[in-house]
Amino acid sequence: MSTSTTTTEKAARPAKAGAGASAAPAPGGGRRKRTLGMQNAAGWLFSTPFLVLFAVFMAFPILATLAMSFTDFGLRNVTRPWEAEFIGFENYVELFGDEKFLKSLFNTGYFVVVGVPLTIGIGLVVAVLLNNGIDRARTFFRVGFYAPVVTTIVAVAVVWRFVLDPSDGLIAGLFSEVGWTAPDFLGSEALAMPSLIVMAVWRNVGTVMVLFIAGLQAIPTEVREAAKLDGASVWQEFRSITIPLLRPTVLYATVITTIGYLNVFEEPFVMTQGGPSDSTLTVSLNMYREGFNFFHMGYASAMAYVLFVVIMGITVLQLRLLKDNTK
Amino acid sequence: MSATSSAPVKNLDKGPRGKRSVARPLTYVLLSLGLLVMSAPFLWMGISAFKTQSELSASPPVWIPTEWTLTNFRQLLDKLDLPLYFMNSVIVAVLVTVSNLVFCSMLGYALAKLNFVGRNKIFGLVLGALMVPGNLMLLPLFVLMSKLQLIDSYAGLVLPFAAGAFGVFLMRQFMQSIPDELLEAARMDGASEWYIFWRIVMPLVKPALATLSIFTFLGSWNNFVWPLIATNDPEKYTLPVALATFATDPNKAGGSNGMLMAGAFLIVLPVLVVFIALQRHFTQGIATAGMK
Repeated sequence: MSTSTTTTEKAARPAKAGAGASAAPAPGGGRRKRTLGMQNAAGWLFSTPFLVLFAVFMAFPILATLAMSFTDFGLRNVTRPWEAEFIGFENYVELFGDEKFLKSLFNTGYFVVVGVPLTIGIGLVVAVLLNNGIDRARTFFRVGFYAPVVTTIVAVAVVWRFVLDPSDGLIAGLFSEVGWTAPDFLGSEALAMPSLIVMAVWRNVGTVMVLFIAGLQAIPTEVREAAKLDGASVWQEFRSITIPLLRPTVLYATVITTIGYLNVFEEPFVMTQGGPSDSTLTVSLNMYREGFNFFHMGYASAMAYVLFVVIMGITVLQLRLLKDNTK
Repeated sequence: MSATSSAPVKNLDKGPRGKRSVARPLTYVLLSLGLLVMSAPFLWMGISAFKTQSELSASPPVWIPTEWTLTNFRQLLDKLDLPLYFMNSVIVAVLVTVSNLVFCSMLGYALAKLNFVGRNKIFGLVLGALMVPGNLMLLPLFVLMSKLQLIDSYAGLVLPFAAGAFGVFLMRQFMQSIPDELLEAARMDGASEWYIFWRIVMPLVKPALATLSIFTFLGSWNNFVWPLIATNDPEKYTLPVALATFATDPNKAGGSNGMLMAGAFLIVLPVLVVFIALQRHFTQGIATAGMK
């Protein structure tokens, strides 16, 4: 997302310059004016399909969610949306007295706070290992670490549920080989969330690894050689060269991983259904249930907006924190 | 200059390499251990899918089945109409991919190569759209689709994903590298913008189109939340929805882990095969989208 802001700025600057330049010689250049006019028409025609789909299936729903969050939108309003009643901030007030919602907010926070650093850290370690001295089998390892990313999350969650099964699962089997008894990972309030986090790290570490490998390869070899000339150890080189130069990549990887984890839904949906006793109920799962099982759609919309504001807030905060450090 | 620098470089080459001869086997050991952990769930799935019921719940566990059986697959196919769900998933994914290829490329071309009023605003919109979590739109989308009577239809499953911001961003990045002179020359010859886009630009960005196809198809294939909401009729389920419904309904799965592993195996295997065959495109695509 840091990339996105910088790109807009970059894109905006030459465009302003272009507009100024084209305004000045306009009286003289008739041909140029005509091509510009044609490009205007063509530009808008080429943009139309995306813009129409964007307006109907994204912009409108974003605004509609906001509007719905101030109403008592319920099942009957699915067929008659205009009859929903405006109730002001009632949904929001109710949310912050709703223990279930607060718990889902806490659970989502837990998932992010533990899951993101683990994913970034392990992804970085794997990328550094793959980038240092491994020539043979490099593709092999990379494919292996990336494979979970492409697989269907529902299927993978079903597999993990069985891996963690307390009687017949993979972990239970390994434990029994050494004479231990495996805990009921997904049935325990204390272990259910950590289990989901482990699975999420397993699934997402490949994305982060690929980003870091690209980032590492972008570091000029001259810089590393210069460090070696100055007698830097492997650790010093890592601390003073690799980490600072990787900062933009760390920023990008952290932001996308955080956004993804804040929306966590499929894992608890398939593996625990939010249990035991709501210990893995996330905001997205809570919203889905309120909205589509109980049809408290106004209330669920308010949840969706709270989550959205949290996501925006954290993203902006991360951009600030990680960016200022580089200066 | 080269004479003076070559000597220390040679020494340096020896230094790290001396260290690396110790470090390299360690790197391989660490990576192999990591890879074992990463592939363990897949191996467990692949083995369990072919185990008999008694070996699935044997204690101590049976690591390698004494007899490989297809019973789990047969039982699963009796209970779930997998060919139907497979077709649904394929149809939706193909439609989403084709529309993304066309619409995202069109806007990508306009943003990269056409100088028009409002271009930067539209690009800002695309970047903003990249950041909006999909869950924010689910509730009104469901109401909208109900109103349009598109619940339980392919159109309802495809339309919200028909033109993704990621695709526009990716295509714009690639198209920017096409030289302007080429397009100007075509314009001088009187080619229309559509001709330039379709006959000149599109063939030049084939690698990007391949990357976009893979990501879009896969995204649609793996998509879960929206198909879960937009289908009530089991006839219209996609594979993930069918599997999740089956797995979370205690009456249906009957606790048969063998059947569930067989189902997961059938969904994951095609994806893994395609991924391994096309792996270069994946890593390049992610790196391009992330780095620029």
